[in-house]
Amino acid sequence: MNTTASDTAAVMSPRLRLWPRRRSAWAVVVAAVCLALIVVIAILAPWLAPHDPLEMSPADRLKAPSDSYWLGTDAYGRDLLSRVLYGARVSLIVGVGSALVAVVVGLPLGILAGFFRGLDAIVMRVMDGLMAIPSVLLAIAIVSLTSANLWTVMTAITIPEIPRVVRLVRSVVLSAREEPYVEAAISLGSSLSTVMWRHLMPNTLAPLIVMATYICASAILTEAILSFLGAGIGTETPTWGNIMSEGRTYFLIKPSLIFWPGVMLSICILSINLLGDAARDRLDPRLQKRGGMQ
Amino acid sequence: MFSYCLRRTLAAVPVMVVVALFVFLLLRLSPGDPAAIIAGDMATPEQLDRIRETLGLNQPMYLQFFNWSGDLLRGDFGTSLMSHLPVTTLMAQRLEPTVSLALLSMALSVIIAVPMGVIAAWKHGSLIDNAVMSLSVLGFSVPVFVIGYILIKIFAIDLGWLPVQGFSRISEDGVGAFLEHAILPAMMLSTIYIALIARMTRASMLDVLGEDFVRTAHAKGASEKRVLFKHALRNAGVPILEVIGTGFALMITGVVVTESVFNIPGLGRLTVDAILSRDYPVIQGLILVTSGAYVLINLAIDLSYALLDPRIRYQ
Amino acid sequence: MNAMAMGLESAATSSVLDIRDLEVVAQPAGQRILKGVSFSIAPGETLCLVGESGSGKSVTSLTVMGLLPKGSLTVSGGSATLEGDSLLDAGPARMRALRASRMAMIFQEPMTALNPLMRVGEQIEEVLVMHRHKLGAAERRQRVLEMLDQVQLPDIERIYASWPHQLSGGQRQRIMIAMALILEPKLLIADEPTTALDVTTQQQILKLIKELQERHGTSVLFITHDMGVVADIADRVCVMRHGEVVETQPIEDLLRRPRTGYTRQLLTAVPSLRPRASREVTDREIVLEAIELEKRYGERSRWQRFVGKASQQTLAASDINFALTRGRTLGIVGESGSGKSTVARCVMRMIEPTAGGVRVLGKDIAGLGRAALKPHRKRIQMIFQDPFRSLNPRLSIGTSLIEGPVNYGASKESAMAHARELLELVGLPGDALDRYPHQFSGGQRQRIAIARALAMEPDVLVADEAVSALDVSVQAQVLGLLDDIQRRLGVAVLFITHDLRVAAQICDEVMVMQKGVVVEYGPAERVLGSPAHPYTRSLMLAAPGRHWDFAAFRPLADAPIDDASVVVSSGP
Repeated sequence: MNTTASDTAAVMSPRLRLWPRRRSAWAVVVAAVCLALIVVIAILAPWLAPHDPLEMSPADRLKAPSDSYWLGTDAYGRDLLSRVLYGARVSLIVGVGSALVAVVVGLPLGILAGFFRGLDAIVMRVMDGLMAIPSVLLAIAIVSLTSANLWTVMTAITIPEIPRVVRLVRSVVLSAREEPYVEAAISLGSSLSTVMWRHLMPNTLAPLIVMATYICASAILTEAILSFLGAGIGTETPTWGNIMSEGRTYFLIKPSLIFWPGVMLSICILSINLLGDAARDRLDPRLQKRGGMQ
Repeated sequence: MFSYCLRRTLAAVPVMVVVALFVFLLLRLSPGDPAAIIAGDMATPEQLDRIRETLGLNQPMYLQFFNWSGDLLRGDFGTSLMSHLPVTTLMAQRLEPTVSLALLSMALSVIIAVPMGVIAAWKHGSLIDNAVMSLSVLGFSVPVFVIGYILIKIFAIDLGWLPVQGFSRISEDGVGAFLEHAILPAMMLSTIYIALIARMTRASMLDVLGEDFVRTAHAKGASEKRVLFKHALRNAGVPILEVIGTGFALMITGVVVTESVFNIPGLGRLTVDAILSRDYPVIQGLILVTSGAYVLINLAIDLSYALLDPRIRYQ
Repeated sequence: MNAMAMGLESAATSSVLDIRDLEVVAQPAGQRILKGVSFSIAPGETLCLVGESGSGKSVTSLTVMGLLPKGSLTVSGGSATLEGDSLLDAGPARMRALRASRMAMIFQEPMTALNPLMRVGEQIEEVLVMHRHKLGAAERRQRVLEMLDQVQLPDIERIYASWPHQLSGGQRQRIMIAMALILEPKLLIADEPTTALDVTTQQQILKLIKELQERHGTSVLFITHDMGVVADIADRVCVMRHGEVVETQPIEDLLRRPRTGYTRQLLTAVPSLRPRASREVTDREIVLEAIELEKRYGERSRWQRFVGKASQQTLAASDINFALTRGRTLGIVGESGSGKSTVARCVMRMIEPTAGGVRVLGKDIAGLGRAALKPHRKRIQMIFQDPFRSLNPRLSIGTSLIEGPVNYGASKESAMAHARELLELVGLPGDALDRYPHQFSGGQRQRIAIARALAMEPDVLVADEAVSALDVSVQAQVLGLLDDIQRRLGVAVLFITHDLRVAAQICDEVMVMQKGVVVEYGPAERVLGSPAHPYTRSLMLAAPGRHWDFAAFRPLADAPIDDASVVVSSGP
């Protein structure tokens, strides 16, 4: 409206007031190193693991840590260290896979919903309904109707994440389409697809990257919970959740069966969340308002 | 205001319809014979036929949905495969522990998290702020059952202050016994909720503290305390309430895990039992009930906005 | 030395506010925002602090109030004293006690300056609660009601219990004034208090501040960018630029004999309220025509009626008729809510008109579908208000400029070559093509936006408040550019503005709108020179500084319209 609005705004804007708000950089570095280590472990598990994670030796049940079993053994005499190392694989595949699929499915839906009002009403009602179903229960239902394997578990975990992506993309598109440069593009005779993909979609990328990291963390967590409850990938595959689920019975005798996979799981999720926060601070300060993970 | 409430309430209906439709389609569209899933692995062909008959699986889809949702509205959620009791009866038996635990945890979370968030926003960038934010990320990242076992190890095993497992109902054993058993599960259940609410309170407060009317309050000579609690917190209220509502989904997940860790005979425990026995009618009933609770809680929160904000009241 | 110190001392005590060599730096870079600002305000005096964006005038006022954003701006030198009390040395508790009781401030945006969740009466009362502990509740309420009466609000009992969202911008600013003056402070700081308001409201608020100032003997530090406002209210003026005081003079002296080139330049850039001489009609071809155009908002669906959604149906524009010929400029003038932007957006087909026709070169485009519309879109192009949002920040200038021509089948190479020519036409170097919007200032971006519109070789340019966000000197340049382009290319311009001065300088015809209808339409010289409609007259009368010809450094010999001949009326 006027010449001095910007001058006052620059002084009083919350951004200036709230800057600098960077969590110490070392936390991000540590998180990145931890995550990189876990990725390396997942890839190199067959070479790093001292034993076959599935090999049972009834003579060595619930052994304390020793030279041959660094972290001891579980109730079937399997090497805990090897199982924990292998467990990284499922977690990372589920995390990355769910984040990718949720984004790939949610992005176009969100853009279309943000752009076409008629479609918006339908898509958002469906998304509201999906959001209302607790994700773990939905996953449990899906898994209980099908046979539990990596793919059904991943599908079950991904479906409840999609509404979050759709809502995010839609809200970004709704505000971006009011921008004068989008109206300018329309008056320059640009086609709908140009407007959507060239002018609107790029606005969603930064928040999407951040959202994807949070989905990744949340998917890993959900997978572990499903395994822990006995509704996850079958016990023949070592996952962190499975190891803990089997370790529950022996918690009083041998807490390390829960401790080690729990520590790995926590470090993994923590690292991803910290990186997500860092990405958010860098890419999209506005997303702070949404409080990040939900 | 009445019109606002009416509109909000009516808006909850399509959400519930979508939930019901989704649950309905889940069974019908899953690979495999719905009748076999309902009847369990041990069913004879005659039993399967009977189930197809009673469920009307030979009828067209829309009729099936119509009949099925009619049953739901009459309170008929089907029969458990294991106990052969009506699902509603099973759930009613398990309701009290879960509800009392959830309410305790919610209260605990709000009482702890909101002041944490306010202080973090006020002392923005300080050590306190960093500590709150770090704790919050930690709360998000450490899986709820790991937290549960850590609590058990410290408070129940090493210190021996509280029982390792089990539950006492308020209705049977009184408040003291309830609290003794519920305090650890509630702490476990609150962690992620506290993290979420504290984070949102902080973000929302920071937003509001940058607003013009906060500057006006300062220009009037208001003290920091007055600005924070009299002007800012109330204005930050809507997003905080909103996250309390949406975060209820986390609470449901948490209940399932917590009750399983502490062996509490609530709805969560029922869920775990149903998973292990593949008791689909029970799982279906639990989904419908928890989704309904989620929708109702969020509706209540939507309606409470009207109390908070005159702009909504006068719509 | 002693004598000098004593001289300074006495000057300091006789003035209400005294600022000496004030320096403020931005953290953490240490960039200097204020570089030794000095001025003082005598009791009962109005000092205007004038400057363009980035001059540091708002920072100065916030420093006085002790409201600088913590951590990002800090005072690094100088002094500020209020009636002998040092403000820079005062602790937080002391500053809180001084605020509202001895110095008070009102802000630019009345819409956001009040707490939306508190009744306005309580917000005023809060000042008493905090600063006058001994007053009882009934007494406080009485004082607030008296104050509401003093700021000339109607129906004060009802206003007392109102929520901010129930009040208009002007009413909210009155509430702010009541809040600021209830303790009769010696100093009132007003930071662009009328900039967000319509001219007629602005005039009332300025008058109110003046009256209350005289009544209470308050000194006013008035911050503004608007020379018209300065001419109307200032006793003395302090011109600021880049964090420094350029010159300080009594108002008459400043307007007649500016000492510095910068002030001279600021004054010359203020467009005259006297309409320019009409231009000869060279071409009678009608390029844009609106016929009984209407836009109605908020029709409720049956469902919405069923759930009792309040009817918010408004007629944003109705029965709009105009014709624009080639090479001419038609101005649509009006206050906020007049429907002027609605008309522009209907003409552009950004929104769908609910009735009537829009003819571009004789072809009615009002009902055309997307595909049928496309060939006509290129004939009519738009320039937006906010230069910071009208260019896609992710696309290079070149990509933005060729987007339109490529959509209509031009090859990239030829479009790029044409874009380079256009950039030179709007006064930018050709190598700007490879750069990105954030590398340009607001004025430069507006030039780029003009070039982008011209790339389509349109017959009509629609400029929606296209210079309103620019500083007055930049505004003058962009207006000059538009004029130049029109002369060279013969494009017709539909110019939407709230600023009568701008309209007087650029328009051939003017259409005045109020509440969605046209109240007056005709040649600029007649409509603005001798308005027939009372509303147009009230607008002209409310235009700040209308007695002054800034560019000529003297008062207008005959004011554009005569006060006496006007019967102010609010309706058409």
